[in-house]
Amino acid sequence: MPTYSEKVMDHFANPRNVGEIEDADGVGSEGNPVCGDMMEFYIKVDDGLLTDVKYKTFGCGAAIACSSMVSEMAKGKTLEEAKGITNRDVAAELEGLPKNKLHCSNLGADALHKAIEDYESKAREG
Amino acid sequence: MRDVYFDYGATTPPRPEVVEAMLPYLKEQFGNPLSLHRYGEAPREAVEEAREKVAQLIGARSNEIYFTASGSEANNMAVKGIGLMNQKRGKHLVVSAVEHLSVINAAQTMEKLGFEVTKVPVDKHGVVDPADVEKALRDDTTLVSIMHANSEIGSIQPVGEIAQVVKERSKAYFHTDAVATAGNLPVDVKELGVNLLSLAGNQFYGPKGAGALYIKRGTRIMPLIDGGVQEAGRRAGTENVPAIAGLGVAAELATADMEERRAQLVPLRDRLIGRITSEIDRIYLTGHPTQRLPGHVSVVVEYIEGEAMLLLLSMQGVAASSGSTCTSRALKASHVLTALDIEPGLANGSLLLTLGRDSSVEDVDYFMEVFPPIVDRLRQMSPLYKEA
Repeated sequence: MPTYSEKVMDHFANPRNVGEIEDADGVGSEGNPVCGDMMEFYIKVDDGLLTDVKYKTFGCGAAIACSSMVSEMAKGKTLEEAKGITNRDVAAELEGLPKNKLHCSNLGADALHKAIEDYESKAREG
Repeated sequence: MRDVYFDYGATTPPRPEVVEAMLPYLKEQFGNPLSLHRYGEAPREAVEEAREKVAQLIGARSNEIYFTASGSEANNMAVKGIGLMNQKRGKHLVVSAVEHLSVINAAQTMEKLGFEVTKVPVDKHGVVDPADVEKALRDDTTLVSIMHANSEIGSIQPVGEIAQVVKERSKAYFHTDAVATAGNLPVDVKELGVNLLSLAGNQFYGPKGAGALYIKRGTRIMPLIDGGVQEAGRRAGTENVPAIAGLGVAAELATADMEERRAQLVPLRDRLIGRITSEIDRIYLTGHPTQRLPGHVSVVVEYIEGEAMLLLLSMQGVAASSGSTCTSRALKASHVLTALDIEPGLANGSLLLTLGRDSSVEDVDYFMEVFPPIVDRLRQMSPLYKEA
């Protein structure tokens, strides 16, 4: 098993904001079970603010910790601010990830961005 | 919290007798076995005594035992050494799809050197059909290598039958990787009818750094390491005397309580398999249900991932292992689970529990106390689970 930072282990053992939002304004997923990691993000948006961010994650310790960290970083932010969160920022907030996990497990920001895109395309149509 | 070691397949704790037997050769008996003066005497005797004991464990003659640094080295020596030495007769090798990587990757290296390799498939239990080996044999086949048992799924291969087929239908040598079985199950080279056999001390309560390759008298094999006359010129380098002495004692202890070991582990294994598959939903045993290593339990758990299970188990004091993509350093799917045709997503839910000497009913029951909530917790946060 890889050696994870204390921060990663904390978010893995006590994931924040985990779950689903039934009437989500946007949903986005990234990854797939074949490569070992998959995340689905749900967002609530009010007046351009992310009032709630939840997720479900299939994957290793790093994948779960990344999802948790992204949800914490994004909650309460404006859509524009949330779009600016990168996978690199997430890894940095987690005090680093093992090298071989940087790409495959660190999909949280991508999944969040997809949820925002989903919200925005619905808003345009709606 | 209970401390439970369910990873005997990774390595076993050396027995105190083994450690005791090693110590003199790390201290006052530090001499080189090749030395003619008195410092060489005791180490030389220790190595030959160990050779005798390892030979006894597998029903061989002592001059057919060649010490190596590991099971992997023994496997490499068999595949490359036989292939290279016999290439005038042919350049075709046969292995199974579920061999240890030290056989699979050694065969791959031989491919780069111009050899052809046929990989024999396995059935859904990971077992090789001797008829498939027969089909793979050619006039230019020089080596067939099929493992005795697989450490990832526990399945035991019909090695005796396969050896028979190879002997009757070809001129090839037959090698078996017995790293998972030697010292844990009765292994007899004559009964099995093999020409070469690999074993490793750390798999049966001996030290790391000591393995052996049995090479039947008259077998033509090229050394991997050229140099001095150690190991009859087939494996040069000053002997790792402490490790070899420890391996000898481990072999002696295994010979003495082989039956006891099996009798202790089989009921524990079956209790764990029974409970885990009946008390948890959507969890499937991998490997053969009965023809399997005595302390070996391997499953795939649907909707969740192996590494996450291992981390949560570790927080509860349980040491286990997994063949999931994420737990492998290379982040590659296990070739064994792939060969079983297990869907890749499901293979990522692999969990491997290997029991041994110190395992007890209490350990099994403790595991069954802490594991179901872990599965539940990870499923609750899995996006795949809701779809079910």
